Amino acid sequence: MRHTISVLVENKFGVLARIAGLFSARGYNIASLAVSETFDPGVSYMTMVVEVEDEKILEQIKKQLNKLIDVITITDFTKKEHVDRELILIKVNYSARDKARLEGLLNKYLAKIIQHKAGTAIIEAVGEQPQIKQLLESLKQFGIKELARTGRLAIGIE
Amino acid sequence: MTGAQILIECLEREGVEVMFGYPGGAVLPIFDKLYDADLKFILTRHEQGAAHAADGYARATGKVGVCLATSGPGATNLTTGIANAYMDSIPLVAITGQVKTFLIGNDAFQEADITGVTRPITKHNYLVKDTKDLARIVREAFYIASTGRPGPVLIDIPVDVQQQDIEFIWPKVVKIRGYNPTYFGHPGQIKKAAKLIAESKKPLIYAGGGVIISGAHQELRELAQKLQAPVTMTLMGLGGFPGTDELSLGMLGMHGTAFANHAIMESDLIIAVGARFDDRVTGRLDAFAPYAKIIHIDIDPASISKNVKVDVPIVGDAKNILKVLLEEIKKVPDTSDWLKTIGSWKKKHPLTYKDNGKIKPQYVIEQIYEATGGRAIITTEVGQNQMWSCQWYKYNHPRTFISSGGLGTMGFGFPAAMGAKLGCPEKIVFDIAGDGSIQMNIQELATCVCNKIHVKVAILNNGYLGMVRQWQELFYKKRYSYTALYNPDFVKLAESYGASGIRVTEKCEVRPSIEKAISIDNTVFIDFHIEPEENVYPMVPAGEAINRMIGGMA
Repeated sequence: MRHTISVLVENKFGVLARIAGLFSARGYNIASLAVSETFDPGVSYMTMVVEVEDEKILEQIKKQLNKLIDVITITDFTKKEHVDRELILIKVNYSARDKARLEGLLNKYLAKIIQHKAGTAIIEAVGEQPQIKQLLESLKQFGIKELARTGRLAIGIE
Repeated sequence: MTGAQILIECLEREGVEVMFGYPGGAVLPIFDKLYDADLKFILTRHEQGAAHAADGYARATGKVGVCLATSGPGATNLTTGIANAYMDSIPLVAITGQVKTFLIGNDAFQEADITGVTRPITKHNYLVKDTKDLARIVREAFYIASTGRPGPVLIDIPVDVQQQDIEFIWPKVVKIRGYNPTYFGHPGQIKKAAKLIAESKKPLIYAGGGVIISGAHQELRELAQKLQAPVTMTLMGLGGFPGTDELSLGMLGMHGTAFANHAIMESDLIIAVGARFDDRVTGRLDAFAPYAKIIHIDIDPASISKNVKVDVPIVGDAKNILKVLLEEIKKVPDTSDWLKTIGSWKKKHPLTYKDNGKIKPQYVIEQIYEATGGRAIITTEVGQNQMWSCQWYKYNHPRTFISSGGLGTMGFGFPAAMGAKLGCPEKIVFDIAGDGSIQMNIQELATCVCNKIHVKVAILNNGYLGMVRQWQELFYKKRYSYTALYNPDFVKLAESYGASGIRVTEKCEVRPSIEKAISIDNTVFIDFHIEPEENVYPMVPAGEAINRMIGGMA
């Protein structure tokens, strides 16, 4: 099962390696990881989605992360009110005759064409992961050439 | 002050009396300052020896051990010692030189990314990029190494950071927002534990290295006395409870006593103190302690419910928690029937070996115990020598048994003995070694002799890598693949370094040779030619339940 957790860490070199190393050394699966600076340049915010067989392993992941000196706090969103989003950039085949059909499709989502040129369009979409998944399914008919995504970002409501 | 001066100043302020290490190109500025420093520096003959010696010093004294090596190969040679300290929660600060900051990442001469290499085997590590951070980092390193669940911290210092001259500012306090160990147990959890204890009929205390680290041996003894509960110890816990006490069951696990393992399987309440339910202790997990509820006291929350599901976890320092627990226990269980059952197991399945007139390793260790009155510090290597040392010497005091538990590092015992002797010069220090292990850091003979660190080494020489041979005998149809050893003449070898050597080939010479070794004012190798194919029993085959022992049953 997938769980989303966020981790506030010291913004120092090597922190990402410490976290990645912890996951690989202990055999934990990480489905996605998003990292960036916060308002405080000394602190980074990570959102990670972990794939675990049971809650016991999730508990271990949180405890082991907590042992890292550079980890400041951990929030587990499993039972916590939160919002989550993912941003995705998709490169699809595009021709003038597809325009109406594609735009019609994108209008159903928080998605739009941000560039198009020489038979290719780049689409930007933001949403919760089930929506993103649906969008990707529907875009298959146009031919997806490439995609880049942030992985899930999450923030608590309280 | 230069960075090198700042480092030495900080080490002195941290109370470092001795450090172990080896010079090299990337630590020359530090060595230049060491030349004038009050701090005692022990030049080992290999960086691995330095790391183990610092570790042994830390285990014997409870202080932080410090080692120093140059960049590249010097640093990588420390890694086994660092991993060893990490697995056994030993406070260690390892300092390495690094190539100049502008060369980092350039594949420069003797460059290794040692913070990268040691990330999974240190509690924390630092690459110092600016001299102005150095004092703070050294303070933090000592603080992190010695608090909470202790462990090794590495500080990597580039040459130019050692050379740069700046104003020295000693940080008064250490503040690390991501590091706040819990020392006091949750009162509600302690109450729950007291309730479980009152309701139990067959309580068993399972004590690990945490008892020794936190200095909780006195409280543990009071708890055992108050409950009249038997105590079994892990390898790391030996000495945390007196081995000669009636309530002691000795070590449990793969080579534990039969009565300790039976007690685990029959107990209705296990009180785990500073132990981590390692696989060598639990055997087959789903068969472990089927009737027992478990109270688990540990300072590391990640140790709790990692392997075994726990009923009452209590996170905090063992000493603090046991103190409160002792007050909370109003009603104690009646354990007289339980102790009777255990007494009958002790009679029926004692530790034993067959005396056939030849030199038995168990006998050698019994004789070391008697000759030293049980007051020596014993270090061990890894393998049969280590397991026999756990079984046949009775440790009555904490920090008198020093052995590589988690990592199982051959070559640990001799340099560790050196460190222990420097930390406790008034003690007799014996390394109980095998003929295989002793050759893994034998170069430290030179360090012992020239610094007059007079340790005694009992080599249980069976001409084999004994523990591997034992597994080959039992599980691989006696196909002794690469376990027979060609050995040097250990007596001549010791003598060539200026140490003393005694060869023992007859049983009647065992005790006199030990007494002679103690009386000689020198480092001594005693080369005991023991029964070649003697096995360590009892033994639980890997992956079996811990009461499924083979061998050694009287």
